[in-house]
Amino acid sequence: MIQVKTRLINRQMCMRLSVFALVMFGFGYAMVPYYKKFCEVTGINNLLQPSLSKGEVSNTQIDKSRWVTMEFDANAHGMPWQFGPIQRSVRVHPGEMIQVAFEIKNTGNSTLVGQAIPSYGPKHSAAFVKKLECFCFKQQVLAAGESRQMPVQFVIDPALPASVNTVTLSYTFFEVPAADKKNVSAPAVAAGSAG
Amino acid sequence: MSTATHDHAHGHSHDGGHAHDDHAHDHKPYGMMRWLGSTNHKDIGTMYLWFSFTMFLVGGVMALIIRAELFQPGLQIVRPEFFNSMTTYHGLIMVFGAIMPAFVGFANWLIPMQIGAPDMAFPRMNNLSFWLLPPAAMLLIAAQFAPGGGAGVGWTMYAPLTTQAGPAMDLTIFAVHILGMSSIMGSINIITTILNMRAPGMTLMKMPLFCWTWLITAYLLVASMPVLAGAVTMTLTDRHFGTNFFNAAGGGDPVLYQHIFWFFGHPEVYIIAIPAFGVVSQVIPAFSRKPLFGYASMVYATASIAILSFMVWAHHMYTVGMPVEAQLYFMYATTLIAIPTGVKVFNWVATMWKGSLTFETPMLFALGFLFLFSLGGFTGLVLSIVPVDVQLHDTYYVVAHFHYVMVAGALFSAFAGIYFWLPKWTGRMYNETLGKWHFWLSLIFFNVTFFVQHFLGLAGMPRRVPDYALQFAEFNMISSIGAFGFGLSQLLFLYVVVKCITSGEKAEQKQWEGADSLEWTHLPSPAPYHSFVTPPALK
Repeated sequence: MIQVKTRLINRQMCMRLSVFALVMFGFGYAMVPYYKKFCEVTGINNLLQPSLSKGEVSNTQIDKSRWVTMEFDANAHGMPWQFGPIQRSVRVHPGEMIQVAFEIKNTGNSTLVGQAIPSYGPKHSAAFVKKLECFCFKQQVLAAGESRQMPVQFVIDPALPASVNTVTLSYTFFEVPAADKKNVSAPAVAAGSAG
Repeated sequence: MSTATHDHAHGHSHDGGHAHDDHAHDHKPYGMMRWLGSTNHKDIGTMYLWFSFTMFLVGGVMALIIRAELFQPGLQIVRPEFFNSMTTYHGLIMVFGAIMPAFVGFANWLIPMQIGAPDMAFPRMNNLSFWLLPPAAMLLIAAQFAPGGGAGVGWTMYAPLTTQAGPAMDLTIFAVHILGMSSIMGSINIITTILNMRAPGMTLMKMPLFCWTWLITAYLLVASMPVLAGAVTMTLTDRHFGTNFFNAAGGGDPVLYQHIFWFFGHPEVYIIAIPAFGVVSQVIPAFSRKPLFGYASMVYATASIAILSFMVWAHHMYTVGMPVEAQLYFMYATTLIAIPTGVKVFNWVATMWKGSLTFETPMLFALGFLFLFSLGGFTGLVLSIVPVDVQLHDTYYVVAHFHYVMVAGALFSAFAGIYFWLPKWTGRMYNETLGKWHFWLSLIFFNVTFFVQHFLGLAGMPRRVPDYALQFAEFNMISSIGAFGFGLSQLLFLYVVVKCITSGEKAEQKQWEGADSLEWTHLPSPAPYHSFVTPPALK
């Protein structure tokens, strides 16, 4: 049978090993703050990015080395609508998200439905202007005398050829024939693909 | 513990000429109470082994349900939720219910005999360690009948799936808690026994390698099991008590779970493999009739594997979005493990070099282990390489890899050990012809089942999915046929063991010519109920 002395040593060893097991249980929990700190310091896999929690959005795709001038032009074709941009032009970095606004007023005395058609100069720059939001996505209805401000949100693709330093975006409103009236929006809120 | 009854019903004979003062020690209680209340390391070892075999059959049936569903593309037999539950509990039951208890059974039976101790250091704790297992197994099986069915979360129990799963998840978590407690207590017992209870003259470096592997494994268990307990406890509190360890919406991070889990999970791989190394290190020298080649280097290699196992966990999760520096570190650290493992394989081969080899069933299983475990090791090396792993992650290639290590590695080693020690345990010999049949059937069907899964993985078949694209049909059919063959072969094993216990030929004290540890040289077959009550005299 086991001697008393051995039994005592055994019991001590059992205590030590149990404490070790408890410490390892604690170690599992200690990994939680350690992991958070490790990710924070090294910037890995950080769900709580400090810049995000402060409300700043950093965009690494902005090409800060060049400027592009966006000019805006607005026309209404055969409609009694006053239509023009709030700003004539903006200077932007490619990759930067920009929002501008246009104002429109129906000076006629009947409700009209119109749709704006964009065009670009130079013509090949069209593919590089990515519109995220535009009143031109939908038909606009204006009652007599009604006026409205409408946003356009866009990004210029950094792939825009280096030779282009000015892009003109021109809108022309056309009246929509009664038969084609669909997808009508009173306030022009449209989220769609670039267009 | 002794009753006045003289129960020799289990075929014990005491004429073996062992030095053993024989006053009222060989009496054991009758029937149920003998097993429920037993503090005898041999009884507890036997119970561990039978429990493990039962769980092996349960987990095996689950595997066959999986393979039956995958026999053909499309959904034929089970619903996908049930399929997911089967993959989950097949893994949990095989790892925690079959393989680990099998080797704890070996440890209980053999460690006291091999170091010349009368019993384990804490016999009552030993009893508790075992009797925690059946309730845990019942919880895992009961989880199948919880509302919503078993938790189809995978045996790795990754968040966030586990934080959303049904009530079965709670049963599973409790089962893991209980299994963990059982393992920790068992390990404390083994460490204390080996460090404090050796017979005079049995120095650490004279111990049979099996004892060394278990000493190292037990340390791995005490260090890693509590970490798993922590991980599932965090899951539990995330589910019910408003914590946000893994909930991204609350500032937690599901990837954190994977880090904690694999900090346990990778040592767990070696907890399974290292005792298997120990068994093979006893069997190969015995049938080569030579001492183990490079004993000291085996000890150091095993210890190095154990230490490295805590430093490589993230190679299971290369695809979570790690910086390339971390991937490189884990890749190099993982490939480093090939060195001590290579030392071990080299030593086993060198042990056989110029030995007088015979090929009885234990040796066949040990050789099967050697070949197939090395193959599993090689695919492991392939998977440790980041750019390859990114392609193969969560495919059948991984399934093939770890079944080569777990089945052809650990399970074959356990078979080798059972055939090797069965004469010592029961005092009877198994049927050698049937044993060899069991080996060859297992070997062939194992490879039919799992070798083709390498090709499935390379072709991109994802694991844990009940349906698959048509181009995988042939290999899956082959694999399923192999799986059913492998499963049925294990019934032959059961037959061989039962036949051996009931009507095998009488075994000799030293049944194997080349066996040299104390249980063969100092104790009769079957080993008496109480052995080494006075320590053996060692040279």
